[in-house]
Amino acid sequence: MTESQGIMGKGVARADARRLVAGAGCYVDDIGAPGALHIAFVRSTHAHAAILSVDTAAAACMPGVVRVVCAGDLEGICKPMQVAMPGLNMPTASLQYPLAIDEVCWQGAPVAAIAARSREQAEDAAEHVLVEYEELPAVVDAQQALTPDSPRAVLGREGNMALDCTFGNVNVAASFAAAATVVEQRIVFDRQTGVSLESRGIIAAFSPLSGELTVHMSHQSPFQMREVFSELLNLPNHRVRVVCPDVGGAFGLKLHAYPDEVAVAAIAILLGRTIRFQADRLESFLSDAHAREAIGVARLALDSAGRFLAFDVEALSGLGAYQPYPRGSVGEGLHMAQMVGAPYQFDNFRARLRAVHQNKSPTGAYRGVGQPLACTLTETLVDRAARAIGMDPAELRRRNFLPAEHTSRTTPAGLEMGAVSLQPCLDTLLAMMQYEDLRREQQRLRKQRVYRGIGIASFIEMTAVGAALYGANQIAVAAQEGCSVRLEPSGTVLCHSSATDQGQGVRTGIAQIVAQALGIGAADVTVRAGDTASSPVGGGAWASRGMAIGGQAALLAAEELRGKILKLGARILKTPAEQIELADGGLRSAANARTLSLAELANIAYFRQHQLPGGGCPELSATRHYAPQGFPYLTANGIQGCLVEVDIETGMIGVLRLWVVHDCGRVVNPLLVDEQIRGGVAQGIGGVLYEHCEYSESGQLSNGTLADYLVPMAGELPDIEVAHVASVAAETALGAKGVGEAGTIGAGAALWNAVNDALAPLGAAMEQQPFSPDRVLRALAVAARTSTSPALAPTADIDSVNA
Amino acid sequence: MSQASKSSVDVAFVVNGSAISEQVAPRITLVDFLRQRLGLTGSHVGCEHGVCGACHVRVDGQVLRGCLLLAVQADGAEVQTIEGLSSSGEIADLQEAFVRRNAMQCGFCTPGMLMIAADILARREVPSREAIRDALSGNYCRCTGYQSIVDAIEEVALARHGIAA
Repeated sequence: MTESQGIMGKGVARADARRLVAGAGCYVDDIGAPGALHIAFVRSTHAHAAILSVDTAAAACMPGVVRVVCAGDLEGICKPMQVAMPGLNMPTASLQYPLAIDEVCWQGAPVAAIAARSREQAEDAAEHVLVEYEELPAVVDAQQALTPDSPRAVLGREGNMALDCTFGNVNVAASFAAAATVVEQRIVFDRQTGVSLESRGIIAAFSPLSGELTVHMSHQSPFQMREVFSELLNLPNHRVRVVCPDVGGAFGLKLHAYPDEVAVAAIAILLGRTIRFQADRLESFLSDAHAREAIGVARLALDSAGRFLAFDVEALSGLGAYQPYPRGSVGEGLHMAQMVGAPYQFDNFRARLRAVHQNKSPTGAYRGVGQPLACTLTETLVDRAARAIGMDPAELRRRNFLPAEHTSRTTPAGLEMGAVSLQPCLDTLLAMMQYEDLRREQQRLRKQRVYRGIGIASFIEMTAVGAALYGANQIAVAAQEGCSVRLEPSGTVLCHSSATDQGQGVRTGIAQIVAQALGIGAADVTVRAGDTASSPVGGGAWASRGMAIGGQAALLAAEELRGKILKLGARILKTPAEQIELADGGLRSAANARTLSLAELANIAYFRQHQLPGGGCPELSATRHYAPQGFPYLTANGIQGCLVEVDIETGMIGVLRLWVVHDCGRVVNPLLVDEQIRGGVAQGIGGVLYEHCEYSESGQLSNGTLADYLVPMAGELPDIEVAHVASVAAETALGAKGVGEAGTIGAGAALWNAVNDALAPLGAAMEQQPFSPDRVLRALAVAARTSTSPALAPTADIDSVNA
Repeated sequence: MSQASKSSVDVAFVVNGSAISEQVAPRITLVDFLRQRLGLTGSHVGCEHGVCGACHVRVDGQVLRGCLLLAVQADGAEVQTIEGLSSSGEIADLQEAFVRRNAMQCGFCTPGMLMIAADILARREVPSREAIRDALSGNYCRCTGYQSIVDAIEEVALARHGIAA
């Protein structure tokens, strides 16, 4: 058997991992740049203020300082950023300057930059920049931002509304009037942030002689940033090179053009030098994209048989002061509103989204973008309905799932839905969980006053999004991915992919695809990515696209190269190409049993063309691109289950078990796919139990350290059991769908339902995440005041726990 | 402050077996010194306030936060970094298990994880999964959900005690 046969589908270890375990990773801050100047930013200390003056005189005299840069210094070098989405009816967005001019609209906005010989010297000098502010009224709360007399988050805007839109066929009134049961759920999602362990970092080098800008940055989308730098700094594409080396976690937050990073590139041009900046943790919490802040109210109408009739949704999304360039951040609210009910059949749908600006850090992409919110809103609503009609929540879902036989259709919410496998996922999940046994155990323990809860959550995941998202809005983000492969003289293959890898293992998956197509081992393929100078043009990493689109491009390129190899081999072996087998790093003719190694073939092609029968110069490389065609995205789906125990004395929640069944189509590498799911689950749990960017009433972030902003650590998480229902996607030859966001999308909802299931006998329910112990105790106290349940007697006086 | 940044202090210590003698500003942390002056970039800077564990280094046999120690505090000490543990072969089995089980994604937390994992594995008894999770509770990983890291450490602990996983 050949090493390459069946290499797809195997848990091949990542080649990169060997470097990473030796401490030989190369992140931006590890890159040497002789003579580079270090930047420290002076950031706004107010949520909203007018800048009256910036006095840089003292700072400019500090040791090591080369230049103190203010907004005016960058005029003429750097254009302001302005988000625009012609496909949406948005009021004109405010201009964002790399360094604030006249007004700061969030605490942490960069006001001035010190370029000095060391970071320490830059920070010393930053303390001596005197900024005179006049405080302006700040609006912090999203609901307040909606009111007519609210302060404006940005002066000069007519109001704080960034988007107000309605989806669906809207005819919900009749469904609700005819319903046997109507349930309603209101959820408050507190603000989170991505907290990549490696902070954002950038090294920008500009040569005034060549006019070339070379940027190394910790980012997910190098080609997007090349477009951004070209546009803002007025440089042609071919004179801008963006390289993303090892990236220490991204999760969506490294998908934007941040004012501070744009400022660094502009300062490189201003000074004609190499400039570097690495955010520290405090400024990461302040200036990385935040996410998730939203309030959702959803209603579900059911008939007497428990069949879903209609969903009605009101969503409010808090965007912060600006939408980040160039993608904006209304996607969170759009997904949240429109994807409610996505796994189910129903007749009518109406959703209204309002997205507002506030004087907080700008929000942006974070794993799942709105889909986790839609899932939580939907699945808590379904559990509420199950309780209302006295049906087991698993059974209620089963009755209402989108059937598997649907290949493609448009839902009443206006979503184009591909094939789904929700029923088989549920069956697999219930078997894994031993659901009936769990329910019996739960009842038994309740008699001992142990409050366990079981939650399940189905979800739909839009993966591998095509040009309809950004292209339709004239945003220069590539919808396709590209792959170049070439046979090397040693018979190995060098591959350049536009799909970027922040640890997901996309490069390993691509190596497996190429290896299988060419009959070589995965170790014989090197995949490089993340450099606009050598990669084909493509999107990078976002919206769970690496394997589904990048892998498909790699398959197309590898098959084209395979065809070229076979054609050349046929000439050399004097046998029809159809009779040649590619295996074990070589060619074998079935006709005359002659063999030829790939290395020998490549050597003839590159070094000894004169030996070729018929002459010529063979091409042993191929470049192919792939963009979703004929479908807007690939519909992945799955279901998660969660078992929790709530300590009603302390309000602490323990996650005991978590199960995931997912369908991402063809699984190219189960080791890596399972790890994507587990990591995603951890982030979903973090959002529900711990994570919260806390702001004061005046718009000051009050927990901007890793000691205060809680993230899940090893001790808080359970083992996560993962299984797959692999329905190979019909839309592509590879058949893979995306998987990167699945864990995050469903975990939160499963956990929500489990906690509320545990609290149900006490008459309590959670309505706001994260579920800090004080919030749990408050919910129990409210329930105790309104309920006669004897179970609550010993915990009656828990109000005092709350501050 | 400017005075502090001008003055330097002589320090001498052993890093990964090599004697180092340098002048260093008193405010420079050990991890910044290792990374910037010695080019040992395997120790990472994650939070700079002692929470995340990405900067774990071994000082006189103890795993410590490189961001909470000043370089001058290491004067006279023996310091080991991930580079040292790698080249000595001390954790080769652990590294192999991390690779095989994909016990990392972005890899930024990995050197710090390995430092503490080596510490766990030095214990007399085979640690339970709970004990491993507890010992890792000072190391932040955003990517993996920790399970594969626990798996890898458990596998090596069992193997070192001659127990098949």
